Amino acid sequence: MIMPNSALSRNAPTLTNGSGAAAILAAGIGTLALAVLACAGDKSAAVKSSLIFYKPTGPLSGVTTAAILAWLFTWGILEWRWRNKTVGVERIAAIALALLGLSLLLTFPPVVDLF
Amino acid sequence: MEITSCALWTLVHGLGFGALYLLACSGALVELYRITISASPAESTPGQERFLKVYFLTMVALAWAAVLTGAYVIYPWYRAAPPPGTTDLSMFPQRLLMSSPTTIGWHSVGMEWKEHVAWFVPISITMVAFVFIRYGRDLKNHRKLRAAVLSFAAASFVAAGIAGFFGAMINKYAPVQGGHTIQLSQGKER
Repeated sequence: MIMPNSALSRNAPTLTNGSGAAAILAAGIGTLALAVLACAGDKSAAVKSSLIFYKPTGPLSGVTTAAILAWLFTWGILEWRWRNKTVGVERIAAIALALLGLSLLLTFPPVVDLF
Repeated sequence: MEITSCALWTLVHGLGFGALYLLACSGALVELYRITISASPAESTPGQERFLKVYFLTMVALAWAAVLTGAYVIYPWYRAAPPPGTTDLSMFPQRLLMSSPTTIGWHSVGMEWKEHVAWFVPISITMVAFVFIRYGRDLKNHRKLRAAVLSFAAASFVAAGIAGFFGAMINKYAPVQGGHTIQLSQGKER
């Protein structure tokens, strides 16, 4: 059956979903990296002092800089691997959102105090 | 009418970047929701598409500007340690909040959460903008990607809301003060 051009353009993606999935998963991993580093800095004096990249801002400078580097690095790797692939975006998005939810919890001070 | 340079920076950070981001995000959420719920969103014109790309890039810039000014301009003033023997803590917001059991929670919960959760905003919205710009019109063919992008945009709105709420409350109880005084206008007695 020959489909009209408009229907074809609607139903046949010209780009694979790998690039988008890579960005989504990397964002989840980036937020988790930030939450884990913040938590580690809160629990260990040695980690806390090692995260002081800029003294006036204190450990927050290291937590955020390291997390952003981890996010960008992960994004770069995933983009390189998935760029031209079609991946299970539903599962990847669910994992990314779970990581984001976990990150929100891990940065909430009463939760951090439980550890 | 005058304002100190520290208060002006706080205003630029909170009202200029933060509040503007929240406003922009509410508009972006409506648009993302509109295109997400539709199985096949209507074709947008090149002009509309360009406008949305600029809109998302502006949001990215606002989000990064908010966290960077917050962490590297205002936060050092907030956490400044007073010299030994200081009794007036009004110039040291963190210590001022921690000096009373009625306000310590604004630091130990509010600032401790805000300073980290705020960074979820630029990470999330950068991803949203990237996906939106990379896929462009082809995004209409990726319903699951659209749903994930909408979820992250909503999360960025929540994170910005948390940061904005605690920022406003902390600045109410222990405002960042000091710096040069900027004269805005000469008052007249009425």
